[in-house]
Amino acid sequence: MKVLMKGNEAVAEAAVRGGCRAFFGYPITPQNEIPEYLSRRLPEVGGCFIQAESEVSAINMVYGAAGAGARAMTSSSSPGISLKQEGISYICGAELPCVIVNMVRGGPGLGGIQPAQSDYFQTVKGGGHGDYHMLVYAPSSVQEAVNIMYDAFDKADEYRMPVMMLGDGMIGQIMEAVELPEMKDPATFPKREWATDGTGKGKDRRVINSLYIEPDVLEEVNHRLFKRYDVLKEKEVRYEEYLTDDAEIVIVAYGTVARIAKSAVNELRQKGIKVGLLRPITLYPYPEKALNDLAKKDCVKSFLTIELSMGQMIEDVRLAVNGLKPVEFYGRTGGNVMTPDDIVNVVLAKEGK
Amino acid sequence: MAVVFKKTNMLTDTPLHYCPGCTHGIAHRLVAECLEELGLEGNVIGIAPVGCAVFAYNYFNCDMQQAAHGRAPSLATGIKRVHPDKIVFAYQGDGDLASIGTAEIIHAAARGENVTVIFINNAIYGMTGGQMAPTTLIGQKSTTSQLGRSVALNGNPIRVSEMLATLDGPSYIARCALSDTANVNKAKRAIKKAFENQIAGKGFSMVELLSSCPTNWGMTPTQAADFVKDEMTKVFPLGVFKDIDKE
Amino acid sequence: MEEKIIIAGFGGQGVLSLGQFIAYAAIADGKEVTWLPSYGPEMRGGTSNCSVVVCDKEVASPIVARPDCLIAMNKPSLYKFVDKVKEGGTVIVNSSLIPDKVERDDVKAVYIDAQELALEAGNARTANIVILGAYIKLSGLFELDLVAKMIENKFQNKPKVIPANLKALQLGYDAAGK
Repeated sequence: MKVLMKGNEAVAEAAVRGGCRAFFGYPITPQNEIPEYLSRRLPEVGGCFIQAESEVSAINMVYGAAGAGARAMTSSSSPGISLKQEGISYICGAELPCVIVNMVRGGPGLGGIQPAQSDYFQTVKGGGHGDYHMLVYAPSSVQEAVNIMYDAFDKADEYRMPVMMLGDGMIGQIMEAVELPEMKDPATFPKREWATDGTGKGKDRRVINSLYIEPDVLEEVNHRLFKRYDVLKEKEVRYEEYLTDDAEIVIVAYGTVARIAKSAVNELRQKGIKVGLLRPITLYPYPEKALNDLAKKDCVKSFLTIELSMGQMIEDVRLAVNGLKPVEFYGRTGGNVMTPDDIVNVVLAKEGK
Repeated sequence: MAVVFKKTNMLTDTPLHYCPGCTHGIAHRLVAECLEELGLEGNVIGIAPVGCAVFAYNYFNCDMQQAAHGRAPSLATGIKRVHPDKIVFAYQGDGDLASIGTAEIIHAAARGENVTVIFINNAIYGMTGGQMAPTTLIGQKSTTSQLGRSVALNGNPIRVSEMLATLDGPSYIARCALSDTANVNKAKRAIKKAFENQIAGKGFSMVELLSSCPTNWGMTPTQAADFVKDEMTKVFPLGVFKDIDKE
Repeated sequence: MEEKIIIAGFGGQGVLSLGQFIAYAAIADGKEVTWLPSYGPEMRGGTSNCSVVVCDKEVASPIVARPDCLIAMNKPSLYKFVDKVKEGGTVIVNSSLIPDKVERDDVKAVYIDAQELALEAGNARTANIVILGAYIKLSGLFELDLVAKMIENKFQNKPKVIPANLKALQLGYDAAGK
């Protein structure tokens, strides 16, 4: 049965059903409904909720809990995610599974509280120090956010790395009808032999650590991590193509912007303009092959990247298209969100109409 | 042949990397002996800090996590909430606990997290080469206070034990000195009491250990031990600052 | 079909819940829907609005730039959004608080004295439900019975307020039919 739920609350419930039993966070708009919801929900399932003294502390509580074997998560919004970057880097270095939600708001600085996509670089190109990546999803509907969150802990476990869900203020605040999946049985989760559950001693003791003082050892660790990222590129790339078969213009957009772009595509198609949409669902690994394949098609004349930023993902689009076709950009920032009409007008202007 | 001395099981056989005359080794042994004597082997998760004790995960014979600088109390919180039946301890230095991690230690204490913190106060940043710490004494020279710490420029040293003792969360807060045999024995009793409180579920406990750093202080080990006893204790008086059993 | 609605007014006028009632009705009716609130400091006491999109297939954009229907609960909201309403669209004006007339002749303007009708229904706080009734009548999207049932469900923990809300719904529905 479908229920009408706010994005943030649906994400929180999906996390619980996906096995989350520990949440550590700090209030920040526009994601407050996630901690609020979990503060009453987690105790019902024997889980733990703590409002930490800072985002810095919260992400380190996640480190501790994940290292101790729990399915742990945190959520925040842009300025708070900046504070978590230290912890995220350590978590990646220590190869701990966890889930992080970023309901992005405009920046830089304190910025605003309205929807934005200006944390793309921070999310997929690093953010914290060192050579690392995370598995990054960008849902464009509440249902998709639920589905992603439901499986996020499994993916985190499988690859022993954080899974980041990159939403925005809109996906957090919007209400939509969602089908909630069944509660997963924690007994079926993979046993984490590496976790510090306190029973270790002698040869069997476990150490959660990201310090490798010997250059050769650290280099080996870096290579091990990147082998895992190669597997991600092979197995976890997800995207949606919409009306790209005969498209002359391919719009590339993710998250809620992709929904707005889809409306524009529908409208432009009615005007006889052959427009399609490629929507990356994973931002890391990026669907570069799908984009490159489109770039190689004769019918495709150009790409139009649309973002709620000054142009961040466009760099990955350009890398994937690799000069085969022109890549143009349209964006709004500051928390302003383009309408389908705005996109229609941009495309019409481009077509000289 | 009769065994007259045996290293505690709760330390691994890995040789310690600490400098000659440094009291980290004593602190490690006291913690490990207490854990063993309380029969906690196979029930402990420890947390190593950033600082000289960063490699503590190589020395304690139990599950260990290594924390980002100052964040050990947050890790301890996460771990203890997942395993409330296990004994969790964080081992932190003065830069870690009293400078970059001040927020974390205050809030872990305020929440009354049922964990034990061992706080090594040697009034200097050891690992990075002798810079000024939040606990460096007035007039004490360091590589970033080369004319001696000045109140006007650097403010006064922080007395963490007294500060935390004002909170309702902690069950036991004590300051001891690793300067001589009598004080080392007192320190061991304090550490044991801190772990006993955790076992009994009484809440947050911390033992501050005034420690020496002959290398960065530019002293011999005996001069350093005397400095702890004669100078540090003037600024950081020894004693029990909070004990809910006596309230 | 696709119906885009903007509902705007003061915080505390039940603007967001009015939008949610339409969303709940859409779900109950087997349609797809998105409800998107304005959020931020203005939520407390200032102006407040939400966008609702009802569709028989998956809703593409939840952003409403040109609504089919504007529900204006106060004067600033009317002037903020009235020019955005589609040609041939509907503007429902809460005439209890807005003495002005809609200065467009290409939209249908309906004036509902929501406050007066809410008092008649027996609860001054049901003005948003009066408007909901008017909207149900004007949009023809849902059966009145379905919305009435939904109101009963939503207030099942506060059964005392149900009769006034049902009456408010009916009064609004009838007022829009006049």
